[in-house]
Amino acid sequence: MNPALTTRYSFGGDEHIFVEIGHEMSLEAFFLGLSITKGLSEARIKGVTEICPANASFQVKYDPDIISPRDLQREIKAIEAGAKRIAASSTEATMLPTRIIEIPVLYNDPWTHETLMRFRERHQEPSLTDLEYAAKINQLGSVDQFITAHSGTPWFVTMVGFVAGLPFLYQMVERPKQLQAPKYLRPRTDTPKLTIGHGGCFSCIYSVRGAGGYQMFGITPVPIYDPQQKISYLREFMVLFRPGDIVKWRAVGREEYDEIERKIGENRYQPLMRPVTFSMRDFNLNHVAYTKKIEGELYGN
Amino acid sequence: MGINILEPGLSTTVQDLGRPGYYHIGIPLSGSMDRYSHHAGNLLVGNDVNAALLEFTFMGPKLEFTRDTVIALTGASMSILVNEVEHDGWQAIPVKAGDVVSFGFLIDGARAYLAIAGGIDVPVVLGSRSTYTLGALGGHQGRKLEAGDSLPLGPPQGGKVRLGKILRPDLRQELPKNVKLRLVTGLYWHRITATSGQKFLADHWKVAPEADRIGYRFRSGRKLEFVPRDPPFGAGSDPSNIVDGCYPYGSVQVPGGTEPIVLHRDAVSGGGYFMLGTVISADMDAIGQLQPHMTARFEAVSLDQALAARYDYFARLDALRGYLA
Repeated sequence: MNPALTTRYSFGGDEHIFVEIGHEMSLEAFFLGLSITKGLSEARIKGVTEICPANASFQVKYDPDIISPRDLQREIKAIEAGAKRIAASSTEATMLPTRIIEIPVLYNDPWTHETLMRFRERHQEPSLTDLEYAAKINQLGSVDQFITAHSGTPWFVTMVGFVAGLPFLYQMVERPKQLQAPKYLRPRTDTPKLTIGHGGCFSCIYSVRGAGGYQMFGITPVPIYDPQQKISYLREFMVLFRPGDIVKWRAVGREEYDEIERKIGENRYQPLMRPVTFSMRDFNLNHVAYTKKIEGELYGN
Repeated sequence: MGINILEPGLSTTVQDLGRPGYYHIGIPLSGSMDRYSHHAGNLLVGNDVNAALLEFTFMGPKLEFTRDTVIALTGASMSILVNEVEHDGWQAIPVKAGDVVSFGFLIDGARAYLAIAGGIDVPVVLGSRSTYTLGALGGHQGRKLEAGDSLPLGPPQGGKVRLGKILRPDLRQELPKNVKLRLVTGLYWHRITATSGQKFLADHWKVAPEADRIGYRFRSGRKLEFVPRDPPFGAGSDPSNIVDGCYPYGSVQVPGGTEPIVLHRDAVSGGGYFMLGTVISADMDAIGQLQPHMTARFEAVSLDQALAARYDYFARLDALRGYLA
């Protein structure tokens, strides 16, 4: 456990407690948040109505007529202390049973391109596309090299939200290699559905069409939110992702994109996904070897 | 069926008291923005308070009823017309199959509520009938109403219908043109300088045209000054950026330090902008009744003051229940 993690509690009005675990992003902060929010769910505290884990923070919504804010804060702090004790004393606490899911991406697609051209005046470098700009500021020689870096390693879902079912994804490489890009100067009023976006160190998949401020890199044909619950793999629940899922992007061409989209339309597409157990300790020992290993589990080699 | 939509108004949606429990995957509470007016409407027509009704913004729809029932208009101030005959709001009005109901011009406030005995019987999705338009979820096909839509009504709910009784003025929603929004400072308040915080609380903020169920944007106050820092890893380079986190309902974010946005019932559940505090639950209804160009000030209160205001809010709801019992 990273000793630099000092939690900060704040009351969000009379109905929320907001807890920042780290002011900067790290997998350690995410894991501690996941462990505390899991403990909170299991504690089934009366009056708690929403428990929302985020990247390096979490939030609890409660009914102050049932539990007082200060009593609830005390309970959360006790759970936090327990989670930290377990994390310090056992390797089990840093094992996460989860899934790895492959998401095909048509990078540099015509739809996000059309959209980004409409909003150039809100961008840092209007003369470049979002991909060209991201390649440049990450010191990668070309858009192709950027796409290779983006799709070359798996990413962790460290938060679900903003809008229904939108995953925030954190790249599983050492910090100096993480791709970073600022958000648009002013948010766009439009983003195509299923756009792969990037802001700060996070990628995301826009689950619905709407406003957005992240750089746009491509689009996936695979729906991740279906309020009608008609798509076969979203029939049980309308949202695909949950915090802790691991995503592997796979760059596809237009032909394969169209083929997958056709299968989705006929409701006979199933995203490739496999159960994996993520080990923080093994990951920290050797990022490259470990991510290769869990990718191997996805593709069955 | 029960209601045919002849004209939809500007933005008319089906709402109940909301859909708790899914904010962690980005699905917000939704539900009526002015919950006090929502309660009053349902109580007047003998409904359970959670019954689904119509919320409309700035302009009323035109409706044809296909069965006999009782209706009540609450919230924003406008007249209600049954077959062109004008009635006041805040009372139960009987309608017959074939009656056409329309509304006069908006006088005060921003959102009116039409409660109908039996409630609007759209399917329950994730525990609620509320419309969440951004996620195309709930309500009538997940969207605002359009001409030609038909809505089913539920059976009468057994409560007392208060025909002939008009709600006492002090029990109606207040619709002021200038509001003071009480705020518990916190979250990332420390990101701005003390002087900038004082200016924020002193300034008069005007409601911007971008004000909807997701959030209300304000402008014309002074730009915030941030405490200098090295951007934390993952947050982004702008001083108003944070590592993307959850947004409380009522939280006040200020992208770029210029225009505060108060998140409301259809809030985006999280993101990367710092928040300087949270409007207290008792003042959320008032935001839903603000029109563009109206002014608001933010007043810092303690958590205990916020809880006291909440207590007063519920006492007022109890008085409403008592009056209509």
